[in-house]
Amino acid sequence: MAEFRVCPDSGFYFHKSAESLMKVNAVVGIVALLVAGLLALGVVLTRWQEVHWLPADTFYMVLTAHGINALIFWIIFFEMAVLHFASSTLLRCRIATPKWAWAGFFLMLIGAVMNNVAVFSGASSVMMTSYVPMQAEPHFYLGIILFAVGALIQVFVFFGTLVVAQQEKTYDGSVPLVTFGAITAAIIAVFTIASGAIILIPTFLWSIGYVSHIDAEMYRVIWWGLGHSSQQINVAAHISIWYLVAGVLFGARPMSEKVSRFAFLLYIFFLQLASAHHILVDPGISTEWKIFNTSYAMYLAVLASMIHGLTIPGAIEVAQRGKGYTKGLFEWLRKAPWGNPVWSGVAISVVTFGFIGGITGVVMGTEQINLIIHNTIYVPAHFHATVVTGTTLTFMAITYLLIPVLFRRQLFLPWVAKMQPYVFGGGMTILILFMLGAGTMGVSRRHWDMDFAGAAMAFEYPAIAYTLMAVGAIGGVLGVVGGGMFLAVAVGSLLFGKKLEPSAGILESFAGKPLAASVYNIDKPEVLAMAPKLKEEHHKGFEAPGTFILAMLLLVTFVVYYFINWKYLASVWPLG
Amino acid sequence: MSDQKNNDEEERISGWQSLIDNPFLLLFIGVAMPTVFYIVWGIMEIVNVPVAP
Repeated sequence: MAEFRVCPDSGFYFHKSAESLMKVNAVVGIVALLVAGLLALGVVLTRWQEVHWLPADTFYMVLTAHGINALIFWIIFFEMAVLHFASSTLLRCRIATPKWAWAGFFLMLIGAVMNNVAVFSGASSVMMTSYVPMQAEPHFYLGIILFAVGALIQVFVFFGTLVVAQQEKTYDGSVPLVTFGAITAAIIAVFTIASGAIILIPTFLWSIGYVSHIDAEMYRVIWWGLGHSSQQINVAAHISIWYLVAGVLFGARPMSEKVSRFAFLLYIFFLQLASAHHILVDPGISTEWKIFNTSYAMYLAVLASMIHGLTIPGAIEVAQRGKGYTKGLFEWLRKAPWGNPVWSGVAISVVTFGFIGGITGVVMGTEQINLIIHNTIYVPAHFHATVVTGTTLTFMAITYLLIPVLFRRQLFLPWVAKMQPYVFGGGMTILILFMLGAGTMGVSRRHWDMDFAGAAMAFEYPAIAYTLMAVGAIGGVLGVVGGGMFLAVAVGSLLFGKKLEPSAGILESFAGKPLAASVYNIDKPEVLAMAPKLKEEHHKGFEAPGTFILAMLLLVTFVVYYFINWKYLASVWPLG
Repeated sequence: MSDQKNNDEEERISGWQSLIDNPFLLLFIGVAMPTVFYIVWGIMEIVNVPVAP
């Protein structure tokens, strides 16, 4: 029986069961984003001291729910959709064990709901990190454990699908680079989930009284194997999507497949070790452990990000120059489709992830200068640059591509979609930059009250810190508006968007019901051929000179900012 | 015809790439590296902290 359809617009093949799983994972992820986005408003309007909206207990509850829904549920549900796409669709094969994948999905769903119930009941306001000895209700931990087990099942269905593709010879030669990036994400996910299991299962038993004590330092070290590595899944996933978008929109080919794969390999080896930067000021852990994991291993992962940051725009530049946009250094960039939200979203994501997320990440991973900003609001500023303007904006951009291709609906309110990446990216960039400034002034990461009213030991931040937090909050509100625009387009398209396929109804959109049986009219897709080898052309000078200039700009920015931080460290602790 | 065959052979993946395209080998390395250098080493450090008198 025919189980595949081919998208007439993109040429992508979709396996019926895989398609349904992509849809439900993406839709539930977007629901989690909606929850996280609404809660973000509560967070920014409370940290804006002049507004100071929520009372303390509500603020910590809202912050806990915001963190978990944004950093765990939204991102990982969407990543499951990406994994099924990168295996079944890109390798043109059936999905392995769809029933197990559905079981994994439902476990994730039950876990996410259970955790949210625990948080919103008000007795589990322990933040995403849930550091012991703070104790949440048992179903807080159980929800995350169930979610993690479900995610692990879906990840192994992904690996199973790779085996199916290999055995049924659905592709020729090596897996495509985008799939290789997804493999990287899946591998990091396995370590992440294993770390979570190692620490959260005993913590759950502690919460119900079957374990008497959890060592706080042990918890912190192992938990960050989950907490930080989960964000490294995002990095591998969103960089894979950058390669995909470069190929789909520009017809770009990686400048060097070998170099790009090597960069992903560096992620597999080293990226997860960067978790150690959270432990840089903890006593009881040696400097050797801290410096090996951050200043050696992490820098190799940073090198990989710099390679991707050079090769992706470079590939686009080469493709654009091949189309005749050769005037000057940047005609290729000026003539890019800036009105297409798929491109503008990815472009803003590349710039903010590299210039802000990447550079601040190196600062945080350097033991000495980390002291300036450790546990300040600089930290959420950094990870909003990586996870929000980096991953979330990329996932939003690919959603605009997937709505017609996967859901077979036209975009609803396309003019809103056109502006959305600029509003969301712009607002979040303001939030991030000003929080970075406030963090450098020492503003604490999570404290409800910047005035420390009623505290036993009084402390006063400089007046400028209040201004920075206020301007950042305005950016945050703008970011929430941008997030609302995305949700209006995404949900609106599934409800009201013009059907590109008559059977693409509401259940087909939201519940993953397959399209009409007649749409699946392909028994076996054509074998995916390896792309022909790129011709080696000898140019005078650089092949992608504009990208080279941009890369140099990044390098100079990094060197200057790094030097400023060392200089600042010297002034924080004057000697003599 | 012979040129075509040569080109095809050139485009075949190298042995090294076949190795790194083995997702299960990569999975092993990708889990073993952080387990050893981050988790196990980190736990050993904590276990060796002397208990306060």
